[in-house]
Amino acid sequence: MARIFAYIVHRSGVVDDSAAELLAAAKKIDATAVPTAILTGCGPELEAARSSLGSGFGEIWKVANTALVYPNAELARQALVRILPPGSIVLVPHDHFGIDLSPGLSIKLNSAFASDVLGIDGIEGNFLKLVRQEFGGQVSAHVRCDISSGAVINIRPGAFKPQVNVPAEGVVIDKSSEVGDLTARRRYLDTIAAEAGDVDITKHNLLVSIGRGIQEKDNVALAEELAEVLGAAVSCSRPVVDAKWMEKSRQVGSSGKTVKPKVYLACGISGAFQHLAGIKGSPFLIAINKNPKAPIFQVADVGIVDDLLEFLPELTNKAREFRGVAAK
Amino acid sequence: MVGIYSLQHVVDWLVPGRELFLALHVLGVACFIYIVSKRLVPLPRAQSDPRFDQPLVRMGRVFKFWLGQWKHPRYKFAGTLHLLIFAGFILLALRAFTVLIVGVSENFAMPGLSGKTGQIYDLITDYAATVVFLCMAVAAVRRLVFKPARYAVPARYGKGHTADAVFLLGLIAMLMVADSLFAASRSAGLVQQGQPAETLAAFSLPWMLQMAVGSLPLATLWGLNVGACLVHEITFYFLLCYRPFGIQFHVETSLFSIYFSKLERGTLKPVRWDVPEERLDQLKSFGVKTFEDFTWKHILDFYSCADCGRCAENCPSNAVGRPLAPRFLTVKARDYAFKHYPVIGKANNSKPLIGTVFSEDEIWSCTTCGACEEECPLLVEYIDKIVDLRRGMIDDGNVPQSLQKPLKALESRGNPYGKIEKKRADWAKTPDFQQSTKVKVLDGKNAADTLYFVDSITSYDDRMQSIGRATARILSHLGKNFGILGAAEKDSGHEVRRFGEEMLFMALRDHNTEAIKASGVQRIVTADPHAFNALKHDYEDVPPVEHISQVLAREARAGNLRFNAADNWLENRDRVYTYHDPCYLGRHNQVYDDPRDVLDSIPGLNRVEMQRSRDRSFCCGGGGLMLFYEPKEEQRMGVMRVRMAAEAGANAIVTACPFCMVNIEDAIKVAGMEGKMSVIDLTELVDQHMVCEGCPDRTQKLETATVGG
Amino acid sequence: MEILVCARRVPDTSENEIELNTDGNDIEREELVYSVNEADNYAVEEALQIRDRVGGNVTVVTIDGEDGEEILRRELAMGANHAALVADDSFKGSDGRGIATILKAFVQKGHYGLILTGVQADDGAAQVGGMLAAMLDYPFASLVNSITLEDGKLKVSREIEGGNREMNEIDLPCVLSIQTGINEPRYVGMRGIRQVASVPIATLAASDLGVDMSAVGEAAARVKRVDYFVPASGKGAEMLHGSREENADRILELVAAKGGLK
Repeated sequence: MARIFAYIVHRSGVVDDSAAELLAAAKKIDATAVPTAILTGCGPELEAARSSLGSGFGEIWKVANTALVYPNAELARQALVRILPPGSIVLVPHDHFGIDLSPGLSIKLNSAFASDVLGIDGIEGNFLKLVRQEFGGQVSAHVRCDISSGAVINIRPGAFKPQVNVPAEGVVIDKSSEVGDLTARRRYLDTIAAEAGDVDITKHNLLVSIGRGIQEKDNVALAEELAEVLGAAVSCSRPVVDAKWMEKSRQVGSSGKTVKPKVYLACGISGAFQHLAGIKGSPFLIAINKNPKAPIFQVADVGIVDDLLEFLPELTNKAREFRGVAAK
Repeated sequence: MVGIYSLQHVVDWLVPGRELFLALHVLGVACFIYIVSKRLVPLPRAQSDPRFDQPLVRMGRVFKFWLGQWKHPRYKFAGTLHLLIFAGFILLALRAFTVLIVGVSENFAMPGLSGKTGQIYDLITDYAATVVFLCMAVAAVRRLVFKPARYAVPARYGKGHTADAVFLLGLIAMLMVADSLFAASRSAGLVQQGQPAETLAAFSLPWMLQMAVGSLPLATLWGLNVGACLVHEITFYFLLCYRPFGIQFHVETSLFSIYFSKLERGTLKPVRWDVPEERLDQLKSFGVKTFEDFTWKHILDFYSCADCGRCAENCPSNAVGRPLAPRFLTVKARDYAFKHYPVIGKANNSKPLIGTVFSEDEIWSCTTCGACEEECPLLVEYIDKIVDLRRGMIDDGNVPQSLQKPLKALESRGNPYGKIEKKRADWAKTPDFQQSTKVKVLDGKNAADTLYFVDSITSYDDRMQSIGRATARILSHLGKNFGILGAAEKDSGHEVRRFGEEMLFMALRDHNTEAIKASGVQRIVTADPHAFNALKHDYEDVPPVEHISQVLAREARAGNLRFNAADNWLENRDRVYTYHDPCYLGRHNQVYDDPRDVLDSIPGLNRVEMQRSRDRSFCCGGGGLMLFYEPKEEQRMGVMRVRMAAEAGANAIVTACPFCMVNIEDAIKVAGMEGKMSVIDLTELVDQHMVCEGCPDRTQKLETATVGG
Repeated sequence: MEILVCARRVPDTSENEIELNTDGNDIEREELVYSVNEADNYAVEEALQIRDRVGGNVTVVTIDGEDGEEILRRELAMGANHAALVADDSFKGSDGRGIATILKAFVQKGHYGLILTGVQADDGAAQVGGMLAAMLDYPFASLVNSITLEDGKLKVSREIEGGNREMNEIDLPCVLSIQTGINEPRYVGMRGIRQVASVPIATLAASDLGVDMSAVGEAAARVKRVDYFVPASGKGAEMLHGSREENADRILELVAAKGGLK
């Protein structure tokens, strides 16, 4: 059985939630496996990340290099290629870093690459049985991945629930010297923060979130009215921002904000993975959608099939009564 | 009219007066001819436009709209003023020419106007000059004091036009005064000399001036007389040569803009009049991108605008704060023409209009409702120009993203929603409906003599499908042998064409035409005014088409369609209805009375009229692709319309167009008027009330399809 | 600058209903309409804008059967200078690595300073761009949402979490995968397509390119889709079936109960 590695994403000295998910995924590949964690970076932040890494990893490989002060996938790839044993299985979260790193890594390692995997059904001979989605999540697919020369596997964030782990030794091994000098023809310059909007959706307990189903910019007012009565904020999915009906600061999703409300009202949102990826902390999810087959109903707690544009005003009226606010 | 007295009495002319007057004539006429010829320069460079057919019809329109000033009374006060001024000008024409010629030939009299006829003419024109003078004063006061809103010029379009307007009013007033003084001083002079003088019309301006100058010394009188003649001539020629530099050019061009005006309503010009469809592929460029891409008639239109602002005042886009006002479309184009085809200097090279003269949003904002064209007293055309400008933008790939998706869907799926073809007839297959009404699909196995052309929104939109079902039930009840094309039907392409995608329109048109012909139907009926207009005016070789309201009115008149009383429906009891005229049923096709007759056939139905109704109906926001466009506006047209209905005392709107239905339903919500206003389609109302033995029990929950309860 | 855009013909999700076929092993393909992958279209528009700024040519290539010509014509109508169809029966069944191998052979037949792909296509793999870059040994950046060329240097920004943008400088030649929304693609109408109807599109087979066949085709694919399925719905949401009013009331109760109200 090939060795399993997990690339650990960390920011400001804190390990990302994906680390535990990669561990869970590794167990699905091989229940007896004790994967190796790989952390790259430099200085105190790398140390802090390493020490905040949970148990469950047999070895922890540390790669400290000043070039890696910012996680540049081009450099990280070089480093990994120099230290990974041939035939390894490498797990990486399917986020903006993993999308950047993994396809090229699989070529350099001469391994297979499976992207955005959300289910693992175990090993059969030389093949790893995986589950992916296609067409924006409308259908799922069983996929066979030939791991005889190893594999790089991008794991969908949130698809594998972290498990309680049998603690493992967690031996720290410094691989920095094996990596040597790193040069890349892509250089990180800086990060430009998104414009702060007027409302910080990450701070709200209740979000009224709208998707394509709101149909036009003028209808956004329907959501805003409801939000006002309930003391909530209005957030949205990507198509609403692309259509310029709301500011980017309101977008929930893998390329938008990560939110942790207590209750999330998904109105006219189909439930594409990229959007759901921005919802953490398992809020109570209420979905309203015209299409009874919308994927959102798979993940919601409560669902209503109705026309959003009719339901929202009704809900707003009821909310006013509920809160004892006089109707306008 | 006897000429002026001998000029020997005038001593302080450097040149004998006669020569001066003659020189002025020559100079004035030469200048005018030169100026007009420079103004005409762009016309042969522009695109062709066949406007020389049907001369009798065109002359008839000249009589109605030019001589008869038919559109003017739509604004009563200004219309009356203009009527008086126009009548005055017509009447005064011969008198003015006479005064002009008298400067050179002192005994000149207009042929046919000597003797008694001449005297009567002079009396009439004495009053005419007075009236014109008074009108100038009233008009000036209107401009300066009352400042009607439609004359205002928003800052982004430049300076106001009031100064220029008042200047012109002043000049015309001066012309009247000069003419009157000329007559007054001559009369007074002759009287002083004891010679026979014409009596000036009592209390007219000439008469009053005669009172004023009557006792002046003779020499002064002759001085005044010559002076008045000179001022008259100078003012006349100044005006003549000044008019082509501004909005007053309409005095000369109006006759032509009306003669050459478009004869048919609801149609669109082809991409090029001189390029048949088969050769369109060879064109390097579609649509209007530079000024010379307009047709000569369009350029004439730019010259003919009188800046009255009636179009912009009635334009719904303008009313909701979109960047479009028809008046300024023309004003800007005219300014462009004046700048690039100047009277002095050479014509400049043409540059693209979009982005410099017009903005993209300005051109996409138009709903093609036709209110501007309906209002314009000079019959200036707008829709063809907007469509041509859109054709140009489409050709350059310059299309808002919000429109690209539905256009692509129309190309791949034949409807703007991207829904699959085989579900186009699903609206007719809901279980409840199928039990009572069978709708034939004319797929070769079935045949019928009437086609119900459903079109995309009624086929696919959940709410509008009930209009389809209501229409089908009605046709069935009336015993019509009808069918639908089903999956073979594609979007009529009405808005596709009006948004400038001519080739996609032609593909849809050809597909539908083939399907219609293959079905063998002899007539077409539709509940969608856009489809109605397309089939009637954009399509060729298809059977005659009617809107369902026309069918209903006819059947009601014939007694085949009878109705239960309105208040049999509990929820209709306190309803006060108002009918909203859809643009493509009303204004463009002039079907105003049929829907009203149908409504009035329902016993006990309370109906009121909105102030803006019939040809002044206010667009709901537009249909077809306009539903996808995201305009920059201050409020929605639908919201304004719903408020108009409320103002008229109505709490229910009836309309006969699915797009009006969408926009008004939306507007009721956005305006927060649920519970206070509802909307229903004519077909649904008829379906609810028609006496029908075989129909399902009406006391049960049929699709009421009314919003807001 | 010579710019290459790699495009793919996919079923347009906004104009299709993706459903399983009756056998349950594939999607129903009978009534699908196809178009160029949305992200690839954004990439072509970006390439055209760069070309219009700095000069050069834009070439669009696709690996497909003859149906691929459809999307190539669309991109030519949009303004691309050249189009190439790479078609060979032996390519069928290639996985992402196989596709990248074929593209690498195509790239090496020309001299391209910049290679663009869309971030991802209908299978959501987001892999070909990165693989191609590694095979060519070019630098790579994914999720690119803006490109500027300053003094011969390329600056790109990448879309990362929270709506933030990661600014990078990258050497040429390079490969970039382009995110949707980077620009506003120009419209291509029927007329545009008709005008390029007779422009020749080069069609290339494996032998024309000298493709390394060992990595290409079904046999060489290391990742294969076995079937399509719709997962048996788990518990899913508790659906409310009352009247609109009742549903609204219930929602408010739940919102309050779950701590959504202050």
